[in-house]
This record gives sequence, C-alpha cells and structure tokens, in this order.
Amino acid sequence: MTDEIRLIEVKEDILADNTLLAKELQEKLRREKTFLLNLMASPGAGKTSLVVQTIRKLKEKLAIAVMEADIDSMVDAEKVAKEGVTAIQIRTGGFCHMDATMVKTGLDAMDTQNLDLVILENVGNLVCPAEFETGAIKNAMILSVPEGDDKPLKYPLMFTVCQAMVINKIDYLTLSDFDIQKCKDHVLKLNPDIKIFEVSCRTGEGIDEWVQWLYDEVKSL
Amino acid sequence: MHELPVISSILKIVLKHANDHNVKQVVAVHLQVGELSDLEDKWMQQYFDHLSKGGIAEGARLVIERTPVVMKCTDCGHTYVADLKNNEKLKCPECASEKNTLISGREYFIKNLEAI
Ligand SMILES: Nc1nc2c(ncn2[C@@H]2O[C@H](COP(=O)(O)OP(=O)(O)OP(=O)(O)O)[C@@H](O)[C@H]2O)c(=O)[nH]1
Ligand SMILES: [Mg+2]
Ligand SMILES: [Zn+2]
Repeated sequence: MTDEIRLIEVKEDILADNTLLAKELQEKLRREKTFLLNLMASPGAGKTSLVVQTIRKLKEKLAIAVMEADIDSMVDAEKVAKEGVTAIQIRTGGFCHMDATMVKTGLDAMDTQNLDLVILENVGNLVCPAEFETGAIKNAMILSVPEGDDKPLKYPLMFTVCQAMVINKIDYLTLSDFDIQKCKDHVLKLNPDIKIFEVSCRTGEGIDEWVQWLYDEVKSL
Repeated sequence: MHELPVISSILKIVLKHANDHNVKQVVAVHLQVGELSDLEDKWMQQYFDHLSKGGIAEGARLVIERTPVVMKCTDCGHTYVADLKNNEKLKCPECASEKNTLISGREYFIKNLEAI
C-alpha cells in the first residue's frame, strides 16, 4: 500500500510569532522611553471616555498619542483628536483584537521617539484581546458597573493579564446590585498584584488616583 | 470570538508543513489547546472545515487535547496546576504564597499531522 498514513511532527504554537514580535516592540519602547498602555474592556465600558479624561489631566505634562482600534469607524479617533493629541485609527476589519503586527503598524506611523505615552484603545471585548500580547508596557482593563460584578469569574484571563483595573461608572452604583467588595475580592484572588481604581468618567470621581498611577508608571519607565 | 484568526493561523501552519512533506491529504491535526481558551471544539472544527475547503487539508479532523493552566510561584519557584474558574484563592501548594505568574494555559499548539 502506498497511501499509508504518516505522522508529521509540527510542534508550533500559533501565538509564538506574535509573542516574539510583542517582546521586540516592548524592548524598542523601553529604549525610547515611550510607555505603551494597552487599554481593554467590553464595548461601551468607557474606554474612549477614560482616554479623554486622562489626556485632559496629563497633556500638559506628557507628550501623548492614542491608537484607536475600531472595526470600521473613525468615531473614537475623532473624539480623541479633538483633545489636541495625535490620534491614529487602526482599522481592524473584523478582527476581534489587536495583535503585535497591527500595533507595530500604528507605532511606525507615530514619532515614538518624542512621545512619553501612547494609549492603545483595544477592540471592545473581554476575551480575545487578553490572549494576544501587543508589546504594551502595561495592560489595563475597565469594568463598568452596568456589566455586573461577576465578570472576573467569567473572563478570568482578562483579569490575570492586567496590571491595573478601572471600575468605571461608579455613579451608577446606587442604581445597581454591583457589589464592589465582592468584585475586588474575585479579581484579587486571580491577580493579587493588580491595582484597582474606582472612577466615574461622568462625574470625574476617582480619575485623579488613576491618572497619578499612570503618570508614576510612565515616569518610572 | 476569534475563531477566524486562530483557525486561519492553525491552517497556515498545517499547510506549510503538509507542503514541506509533499502530503496529498491531511487526515487529522493534533492540537493542544490551553484551558484558558474558550473556543469550543465543535466551532473550531466548523471554522476549520470552512477555511480548508478546496485544499489538501479539507476534511481533516481536529483532535483537540486541552492542557491545564499552570502557574509558577513567584516566591519559591514551584509550578502547579490552577483552576481559575474555581472560587478559591490561588495558592502555592508548597509555600502557600499567592504570588504567581502564568506559565501555560493559553496556547494553541499544533503537535502533529496525520497525512497521506
Ligand atoms: N453614567 C456614566 N456614563 C459613562 C461613564 N463613562 C462613560 N459613560 C458613557 O458610556 C458610553 C460609552 O462610553 P465610551 O467611552 O464611548 O465607551 P467605549 O468603551 O470607548 O465604547 P466602544 O469604543 O464603543 O467600545 C457613553 O455614552 C459615555 O458617555 C461613567 O462613568 N458614568
Ligand atoms: Mg471607544
Ligand atoms: Zn511557592
């Protein structure tokens, strides 16, 4: 018989290429002292709102640019550009996450040598972005009160890969059964080192603490 | 969620190796998928069937083995299997430290192909 079944060794991880490129990007950013923040969250959790608030507090002190991953629109990039910083739109064309190649394209289009902080607004979902390294110096995620306090149990990887978590829309707390303490307990079980901030991008409550953390991180790079 | 990019990456690697070995037909693909992936076997197979149509990997069966989430203790270096969906605090079984880093559990590893 000629058509015998053969076993062919492959031994390749599909994430390996991405992880490698992400490491290279990160090293380059460290050399240039440019802090890349990868901001992740569900759709509507308040990513663009937090980016805008952060720019308002920091643009006098740091040179900032923003990379917006949007499936097919320019809405977020336009909002950010209005704040007077460079905003780049990356069309992900249906992709559910940013990978290191897309981030590289975005960074190449910026003058990273002269930037202190680049914020990447990743695609809105709690699953896919967590699996792909972007080259960011730090990862942060936003959980908004209307989404519920059980998300850390449902999407553990997201909470594991982040160094900071922002609980946004705390102005909704009185209207909801969101249990902040329970939520924080879950997250800290998954990731004891994570920094947790409670904010409202609507009222401005808690924004200063978040901004201070980010500023200190950028400065200590 | 990201079945499409994941499966197309897998297929790309499968076809590269199949071509290198002058394969006529890929019969099965053996994968190890980390437990942190929430892609379901059924959907992975459906996307694979769709993307591989008309090529030498058409009709190949995905044989998926789930690999556990493994953590490494930051304090004593011990590695251990973790159940992240469980509500208990993650603790090192050796020294009870709660500090850890993820070693594996998010991989899509292609082990080998069965081919003609
Ligand atoms: N009440 C309240 N509303 C908020 C807060 N932060 C954001 N919003 C509102 O929530 C909606 C979504 O906010 P965005 O900042 O666009 O959220 P996003 O995560 O960037 O959304 P996508 O990019 O579409 O995924 C907007 O209507 C905001 O005004 C908050 O702290 N409190
Ligand atoms: Mg947005
Ligand atoms: Zn230990």
